[in-house]
Amino acid sequence: MPTPNDAVGIRPAEAASSTSPEVPVIEFVDVEKRFGDNIVLKDLNFSVRRGERVTLIGPSGSGKTTILRLVMTLEELTGGYIFVDGEPLTHREKDGRRVAVSPKEQKKLRTRIGMVFQQFNLFPNMTVLENIIEAPIHVLGQSKAEATAKAHSLLEQVGLPDKADQHPLSLSGGQQQRVAIARALAMDPEILLLDEVTSALDPEVVGDVLNILRKVADTTNVTMLIVTHEMSFARDVSHKVMMFDGGRVIEEGAPEKIFSDPSQERTKQFLSAVLRDA
Amino acid sequence: MEFFEDWPQYFEVAINWSDRLLAGLWTTIQLTLFGGILAFLIAVALGLLAGSPNGWLRIPARVLIEFFRGISLVVLLFWLMFVLPQIWMRNPDLPFRDLVYNTFLLGVIALGLNYGAYGAEAVRASLTTVASGQWEATTALSMSWPHKMRRVIFPQAWALMLPSLSNLWVHLLKGSAIAYIMPFVSDLTAELNQLRRPTDIWFSHAFIGLVVYFILALVLTLFMQTLEARAKHKLGRGPSIREILSPAPKAIVPDAPVAASVTEPKSDAGADVPPRSPSEGGAR
Repeated sequence: MPTPNDAVGIRPAEAASSTSPEVPVIEFVDVEKRFGDNIVLKDLNFSVRRGERVTLIGPSGSGKTTILRLVMTLEELTGGYIFVDGEPLTHREKDGRRVAVSPKEQKKLRTRIGMVFQQFNLFPNMTVLENIIEAPIHVLGQSKAEATAKAHSLLEQVGLPDKADQHPLSLSGGQQQRVAIARALAMDPEILLLDEVTSALDPEVVGDVLNILRKVADTTNVTMLIVTHEMSFARDVSHKVMMFDGGRVIEEGAPEKIFSDPSQERTKQFLSAVLRDA
Repeated sequence: MEFFEDWPQYFEVAINWSDRLLAGLWTTIQLTLFGGILAFLIAVALGLLAGSPNGWLRIPARVLIEFFRGISLVVLLFWLMFVLPQIWMRNPDLPFRDLVYNTFLLGVIALGLNYGAYGAEAVRASLTTVASGQWEATTALSMSWPHKMRRVIFPQAWALMLPSLSNLWVHLLKGSAIAYIMPFVSDLTAELNQLRRPTDIWFSHAFIGLVVYFILALVLTLFMQTLEARAKHKLGRGPSIREILSPAPKAIVPDAPVAASVTEPKSDAGADVPPRSPSEGGAR
């Protein structure tokens, strides 16, 4: 009988044994990110434990999405260090200087990280199935049969078992996003980054996508870093909520605490504004 | 008027294709095909390099593109035909002597370099037009650069670059007429020019020239349009070739029914407005 972990194919045994449990799966040390003269993140320090699900909230422009993009190596880190499983992702300190890690080292860590984007970003020149199996075959070196079987079971889980041979652009937004989730999970990520995954969707399909993510959260111990405006989803799935403002963490804690009894005035303002809209 | 009295006679010759005209036509076709293939390879290579973030790759590529785009095709041909061989004449021991004296090959190289440099810009520009989200998704899936280029980015840029490449290929076909200055290469234009001198039927040969180049260009254009339709269909936009050619065409699939790459949210008012027909758009 398949265990829940087999069902979505997360590698819990390997992941747990590869590093000791004390090593955080993601660690930010004195991270600074600037675009030209504009400082987006400054002196940012935090860590995420294995299997922890952390939601980043805050007004737009507070640097939440930048954090996900830094972890995915989509942005260049301009200061400080990011560690994944205790190993440096972009730079390491050597003789008091920041030295870039080799592309090979970076790639090794990056294959443990998956990301789902606001705009889905499915490849329009491939079918749904081809989108899902492309990287497992050519990056992880899985056989085509293995990758295809896995893809079909993932499509089943996201509720699209009959869409394998369709073109992505013939699907609705919600369906495309569910395929994108399947594509990210097909890589067996240890870390899943969710960047406003429901923001581009019609309101009536947001629930479907969030339910799938709840199921992934319930049945696996994949570490999640979530940026979302869906506060009820954040409350349901996350272990920790971090409130950002002006590139800094101004408050963090369990979702029950943050949402019902925030200590900072800024958090109260933000939550009342967001929850009024909802 | 003598011209009108002799009219039928002028056109009789139009159907009288000599072997030399056929040979010239064949040379023109070969110049266009081989020149086009070389130009395409150069365009892809220089276009990829010119779009590289690495200056050591980008800057030499840019210099080559600007150089071969900027020089005149006629002057380049003159140089290759009449200057380059001099070096070998004075130094007979240099290698590649046969290649330098092969004027057909030099013609293909000149056409390939000149039009390849133009094509490189089309390739580079269409690569930058592929949505940044596509690049980001390939990074998120840890694809290597050759892998993402071959499987994701280039196939999408391909549909965008085809109209420009098609244009350039037609230009190259017509540019190949300049080959008539080349020694030992007798393309269609050279043969027509040869026939002008000893015969008095230049009128009909000039007419043949006009029509034949037009037909060749038409064939190229149709071929490239087929490739473009196929590329678009593969991206999920537009009907397949089979649907286009079928006698009972289905309703044309609108461009990208679900706006996947559109960033701005759909406005509710817009949803009820029917898609504008092409004729309406053209009337403005």
